[in-house]
Amino acid sequence: MTVLSPEPVHGAPTGELVLSMRGIDKNFGAVQALTAIDLDIYSGEVVALVGDNGAGKSTLIKILAGVHPKDGGTITDGDRSVSINNPAESGALGIATVYQDLALCDNLDVVANLFLGHELGRGTINEVEMEKRSWELLRQLSARIPSVRIPVASLSGGQRQTVAIARSLIGEPRIVILDEPTAALGVAQTAEVLNLIERLRERGLAVVLISHNMADVQAVADRIVVLRLGRNNGEFKVADVSYEEIIAAITGASDNAVTRRAQARVDSADAETGVPAGAATDSALPEEERP
Amino acid sequence: MTTPTSTPPPAGPEGTAPPTETVRLSAVAADLQDERLIQQHGIGGAVRAFGRRVRSGDIGSLPVVIGLIVIWVAFSLLNPNFLSSTNLVNLTLQCAAVGTISVGIVLVLLLGEIDLSVGSVSGLSAAILAVSFVNLGWPLPVALLASLLAGLVIGLLYGFLYTRFGVPSFVITLAGLLGFLGLQLWVLGSTGSINLPFDSWIVQFAQQWFLPDWLSYVLVVLTALAYAAQLFVTANRRAAAGLSAVPAGSIAVRSVFLLLVLAVPTWYLNQTRGVGASFVLFLALVVLMNFFLTRTRWGRSVYAVGGNVEAARRSGINVTRVYVSVFVLTSTFAALGGILAAGRLAAANQGSGGGDTNLNAIAAAVIGGASLFGGRGSAFSALLGILVIQSISSGLTLLNLDSSIRYMITGAVLLLAVIVDSLSRRTRVSHGRA
Repeated sequence: MTVLSPEPVHGAPTGELVLSMRGIDKNFGAVQALTAIDLDIYSGEVVALVGDNGAGKSTLIKILAGVHPKDGGTITDGDRSVSINNPAESGALGIATVYQDLALCDNLDVVANLFLGHELGRGTINEVEMEKRSWELLRQLSARIPSVRIPVASLSGGQRQTVAIARSLIGEPRIVILDEPTAALGVAQTAEVLNLIERLRERGLAVVLISHNMADVQAVADRIVVLRLGRNNGEFKVADVSYEEIIAAITGASDNAVTRRAQARVDSADAETGVPAGAATDSALPEEERP
Repeated sequence: MTTPTSTPPPAGPEGTAPPTETVRLSAVAADLQDERLIQQHGIGGAVRAFGRRVRSGDIGSLPVVIGLIVIWVAFSLLNPNFLSSTNLVNLTLQCAAVGTISVGIVLVLLLGEIDLSVGSVSGLSAAILAVSFVNLGWPLPVALLASLLAGLVIGLLYGFLYTRFGVPSFVITLAGLLGFLGLQLWVLGSTGSINLPFDSWIVQFAQQWFLPDWLSYVLVVLTALAYAAQLFVTANRRAAAGLSAVPAGSIAVRSVFLLLVLAVPTWYLNQTRGVGASFVLFLALVVLMNFFLTRTRWGRSVYAVGGNVEAARRSGINVTRVYVSVFVLTSTFAALGGILAAGRLAAANQGSGGGDTNLNAIAAAVIGGASLFGGRGSAFSALLGILVIQSISSGLTLLNLDSSIRYMITGAVLLLAVIVDSLSRRTRVSHGRA
């Protein structure tokens, strides 16, 4: 089940290949942060980038966002090779990044934040048109913001995340990168943001989701790319992978608390029913940690 | 730049917005559909909404207006001459110079920065004006231009130092305070004081020119009409876009209110000398800066940088340009204030821009409601604040109180204003309106 070939694991991607990264290397001084990373991004698909702390997830998206230049490897957009040296070039490629800290101006209202740096109107700002489009955009995302004329400071965490994601759509991107969008949110607000991610996919956008929360990943992602110690460590289709398999790929070990408990559950179930041990869990584990 | 419109605007959460245009206009406005919104209708609703805003710390200019009324009542009880037309005309003339400097301070405070050197820069500009016009015999427009240019160059220097080396503006401008005071003394040379000729138009402008009565009323009416027209056009455009709009009755009430607020003081000032040209210039600058701050991309980016620099940078705003432009404007306004002060005094001397000029300009901006924490305030903060500062100064002078007392009281008022700012900030945070 673990696939390290350049080809995507699933036969029929929901959309076309938007961006393809091959053999990406990145080092910070003596530290090799990324080694030969491959990542394909398809339109209309949510790809989750998972891995432990220090696995290189943030470094990889910062290369896409133009924060860090890559040291090696290629990025291809369709059939042409591209380089992303600064955030502006990232934006020109249709990549929008929503960082974990959201980067909203608390003193400005929702409309001003949505259009910050891209205000409408010639000479003077066209507030009416901006407010109208803000409502259209928020309605399309089924976002529940009571008023767009209140300062962002008065919104809840989920609403702030919604504003940040909606803002990334103003530039009509092809790829939206979300860095830990649910990290600081409660149950209802997390559900709100996950709904929003589904709606981005329905719009045909390619979504790259970084998350530590496997429940969220399994809820919205179509494909999971696991990084471990700066290398690809497995690529899964969400439909046919278990929680234990993902954990095993992230930690690089088939023997850990999660798998042991899962095995114990299977064993006790076998003892009760007399059915042979569940093959799904065992056989799907990655064979060994890769170098 | 357009928002993605892959799907037609769907119905609102409650399905209250039918898709057809004709029906939608009659339905609830697009921005009032959320059932959690507390709806306010009519004048009673507007009053209640205002009360709720004040309680949650979004007090705006309310404390300063109340403070101004208290000060005026107190001083008129102590000395009936305080509210005389003659004294109020003097008050407006005193406001113009420091008020102009204060407009610049508001700008720099919006970024969460400070300029402590505005007093020295205004003094330097006065010195340059006097030396070039009187001693060197340059034509007056050239001398004025040279003074303003000095302010502009100083602002460029501050902007360069701030953005290139990241030195806190507090320290840069503290160095500027000393350095440009020294430059002012050097420019003035051994004489130390240079008188401007009384018949030069800059002195006439700052001291003697008043609007004819008819012109002052025409300006008042035109201002009120422009305000009404602007509200009316906005309301129409909002209604056409399916958004809630201010009803015509409310527009009329507001415009008449503005007309009275402008016409009554104008009439009162016209009882004696009238409305000074320099004060009109100051008012025009306030209105102009308010327009730039609220209606242009530059103004929006000033507020954004003051609110969250990193967010502004990531939105593609050229943060360096915003900082430099604001430092340049602040120093240029300081230079203009120095010119007005020199005109009013008909002289430039070693004390020009010294004493309390610096701190009065900063105090005025803060008292008027520009937050020291950045991102909050308006150009009108300078107007309201300088009225408070000059009222105190004028009232205490009428009471024959020493400048020692005046400094102490002005200091106390500034402290009070900063405490109000901090308290309302804390209340805003706890009410989610930061």
